[in-house]
Amino acid sequence: MIMHKKRLVLALTGCSLATGLAVSAFADNAADPSNEAPYQQLVELGFPAPQEGELVHVPPTMADLEDADIHPELKKVIRYGYDLFTNTQQLRGENVFNDMNCSSCHLGEGRQPFSAPVWAAAVTLPDFRGKNQHVNNLEERIAGCFAYSMNGTPPAYGSDEMLALSAYHQWLATGAPMYPSQPIYGRGFPAPDEPDESPDYARGEAAYQENCAICHQDNGAGHYENGEYVFPAPWGDGSNNWGAGIVRVDTAAGFIYNNMPLGQPRSLSDQDAWDIAYYMSSQERPQDPRYTGDVAETLERFGPTFHKRSLYGQVREHDGHVLGDHANFGEKGDIEPWNVGMPRFENLTDE
Amino acid sequence: MNKKQWSKFNLLMGASLIGVSTLAGTAFAETGDAERGQAAAATCTACHQANGSGMNIPGGESWPRLAGLNADYIVKQLHDFKEGRRQNATMMPFANMLNDQQIVDVAAYYSEMPITPGQGGDDVDEALLARGEQLAERGDWDAYIVSCKSCHGPGGTGVGETFPGIASQHAGYISNQLHAWQNDQRSNDPQNLMGAIAKRMSDEDIQAVSAWYAGQDVSAQTGSEEEEAAQ
Repeated sequence: MIMHKKRLVLALTGCSLATGLAVSAFADNAADPSNEAPYQQLVELGFPAPQEGELVHVPPTMADLEDADIHPELKKVIRYGYDLFTNTQQLRGENVFNDMNCSSCHLGEGRQPFSAPVWAAAVTLPDFRGKNQHVNNLEERIAGCFAYSMNGTPPAYGSDEMLALSAYHQWLATGAPMYPSQPIYGRGFPAPDEPDESPDYARGEAAYQENCAICHQDNGAGHYENGEYVFPAPWGDGSNNWGAGIVRVDTAAGFIYNNMPLGQPRSLSDQDAWDIAYYMSSQERPQDPRYTGDVAETLERFGPTFHKRSLYGQVREHDGHVLGDHANFGEKGDIEPWNVGMPRFENLTDE
Repeated sequence: MNKKQWSKFNLLMGASLIGVSTLAGTAFAETGDAERGQAAAATCTACHQANGSGMNIPGGESWPRLAGLNADYIVKQLHDFKEGRRQNATMMPFANMLNDQQIVDVAAYYSEMPITPGQGGDDVDEALLARGEQLAERGDWDAYIVSCKSCHGPGGTGVGETFPGIASQHAGYISNQLHAWQNDQRSNDPQNLMGAIAKRMSDEDIQAVSAWYAGQDVSAQTGSEEEEAAQ
């Protein structure tokens, strides 16, 4: 059980040093024997074991927060951030215009390896971001999720909501080193190995119906029940728009392979994961907020930095439909996310 | 309900009306009738009780509450008992007495009953209830136990015909079923969705979550909704 209530900047256990793993954790938990070789449960489920030279971080839980020696006011704000993260629908109509929560994609409340654990953003930013071609900090990164994944428009920088979400991210990073030099264990949604056969729409449809439709529905609408979105919509107006990271087929395949069906990660074959990702990515969703009014022009402009990995602007083989060729922005209508296309640091010189 | 949900709702209503009108003349056996169900359910009441409440039997085989469960879920379970996909020595002879028409009728009958309170959730300590709440609402991802609500819905009141309501269900029944999944005695869930999770739960986890959901009383809430609907 938890004996010490002190926070350390970085907790390295003896065992982890001996094996060459850089293990960081909330200090209260560092003495827990299971943290000497963390994520054994994942290894048993077929995930790769942490490798020598990787940064392996075990984020604190909300139970740890209650025990933490931090100011009660900060705890309140972190709790609010957690609440926003897991019930982002409370911002529906204001900042969120689809059926998603942050935790729809970042499973395990943003703590889970191979499910794009969000603490990584707190220790690797500010950094240059290819998607918008400038240096982003944590708030700007979160703002990106609102504009694309939530098909909305972000809370203002420095607002209560933004500060609370940032605080929750940073709290999860407690004990992890800033700007780590090592690769991070379980970062992002790593794609499964290249499949034997090119991803295929018909195979993907069959695999989707067999493995996914019971929750996400035949038509991809997800499932709304008793006032909450229980199963998020993989496509359609309730889903992320064409600018969200998960429209890239490899990212979608990585999400699916490592996280779906819920509770049975890595149970699908590489081929099934790629096929389902291809099928899901071949469906319509709200327009990319960077849309210029013309899908081909938008593709040309944002292909090199983004859409080269999505099916945006491609002709769907079985019916000739050009994906993304529409002006449907979903529930947000003509609201334009204020952060999209906002220039930064234009006056800085290279020297 | 926002505008979008209204339009979804109207679509559903339209679709179901068409469904009823085309089915009525042809596929009689597809439509359950609660009144006929009441007659067919005479054989069920010894265990499941006249009000569908079932009974919690500590240390024994608890009889589940059927009142207010999703009708299609009940239909599937009865067929699974009959056809051996769900094994239960007590239940099988009773399921075998029902034909297809009677199955949809008793399912309609029980599904329309007001939910009754769950029993067996009050003899556990605070720490165990807190663990139960955590598993139900947030899960324990370090053990790869996803939250119950992520499939059984907010409040554990069930999602569609696949994921039954577990709030206000008897602790003894929930616990028996989770243990049955652990031991491969029950495996009629789609895609092993429940079995995979149950196998990662400790005995204490099962006790915790069973007690917590038994104590989540949704019976009163259902009553007020029905009153609203009647007005």
